[in-house]
Amino acid sequence: MRTFWALIRRDVMLGMRASGGAALSAAFFALIIVLVPFGLGPELAGLRGAAPGLFWIAALLSTLLGLERIIQPDTEDGTMDLIRVSPIPLELACLAKIIAHWLTSGLMITVLAPALAPLLNLSTEAIPVLALSLLIGTPALSAIGTAAAALGSSVQRGGMILALLALPLNIPFLIFGATAVNKAQGSDDPTQALLLLGAASLITLIVGSLAAAAALRITDE
Amino acid sequence: MKLVGESLAAIRGERVVFRNVNLEVSAGEVLTLHGPNGAGKTTLLRVLAGLLNIMQGRLVLLGDDNKAITDERRDQSVHFVSHQDSIRSQLRVRETLLFHAALLGAPAKAVEPALRTWGLDKLAGLSGGLLSAGQRRRLSLARLSLQPRSLWLLDEPMTALDAASRARLTEICQAHLASGGMIVAATHEPFMGDPKSLYLGPRK
Repeated sequence: MRTFWALIRRDVMLGMRASGGAALSAAFFALIIVLVPFGLGPELAGLRGAAPGLFWIAALLSTLLGLERIIQPDTEDGTMDLIRVSPIPLELACLAKIIAHWLTSGLMITVLAPALAPLLNLSTEAIPVLALSLLIGTPALSAIGTAAAALGSSVQRGGMILALLALPLNIPFLIFGATAVNKAQGSDDPTQALLLLGAASLITLIVGSLAAAAALRITDE
Repeated sequence: MKLVGESLAAIRGERVVFRNVNLEVSAGEVLTLHGPNGAGKTTLLRVLAGLLNIMQGRLVLLGDDNKAITDERRDQSVHFVSHQDSIRSQLRVRETLLFHAALLGAPAKAVEPALRTWGLDKLAGLSGGLLSAGQRRRLSLARLSLQPRSLWLLDEPMTALDAASRARLTEICQAHLASGGMIVAATHEPFMGDPKSLYLGPRK
């Protein structure tokens, strides 16, 4: 267990300190949201209707940014070898990497989103639902991204290419997440969409860890 | 303890790196691997470390009771210090070694003595990116002092080290052998007198 926490701690430290880490991911998210009113025009009703989808698209795109630093640098500098011969199962190590990536991307976005909500004129009742949907949905984005990065880790710059190829896998989360926020805004009950989002997210966390570990085992040969 | 490899072969991609390699290292012995660049010294070390599957032949680590050690306990008996140093510029020297201690399953309190042993205590707060090549080397070798393990696999351990550090490394290796440890080192220069060596690559 100590190894597990140490892995998370190290990756979070790296994510916070590296250029192109957590700060970039959060800034990118904020930038998209800030730019939208300029692009769509200041018409409040239109912004409000598009807001749930836009928040989720921005979240998806900004989690893509940090993917390259999850696995690839570790394969290049030999850290992955040390992880493979360490007592921690590779699957757990991958889960630690997913959690660390989420802490430096998804969590930051979740915290930022409510503050940015007025910019897109999101209704006040929908703000907690937006935060909640991001909180439970973004871990899945990190999991899918980590598995893709693991598969591409043996190829130079391959992590990013595979992350883009894995993008379709993220679409269900985009749909469930945006639907939940839309419902809250339309005074409907968002519970069902949130439950679906949470369930899919949990499954993806587990499948993502297993897939990432399997990918690392294959690519080493 | 004893490490025995019989007719080992390794294939990387389409190329046969080496074949028919036999080796035997007993407690208290050092085996040096020599050979030109690309002869497969690093590949052999990775095979011994359990990071590459064996394509051919047989490799066993025997315990004191002459019984083969299973894979999981095997990982716990081996230190592998490769030329990839696992040092990040964003992490300080102490943070790096603390992380390595956690990966090895070594206690955090082993870190300070290890820093002192390798003369890194004054550099402990420095970020990894500021280290010189020799200091990086010492930091990755410091893993050896975090936890006692019987088999040390060293890839070019002397590279970039100054005279004092070389002497210290030799001293630490001698102490390891004296306590019944084993060392396999890939090197281009004489290492600890080369009492037992293995030449890889085309016959001279």
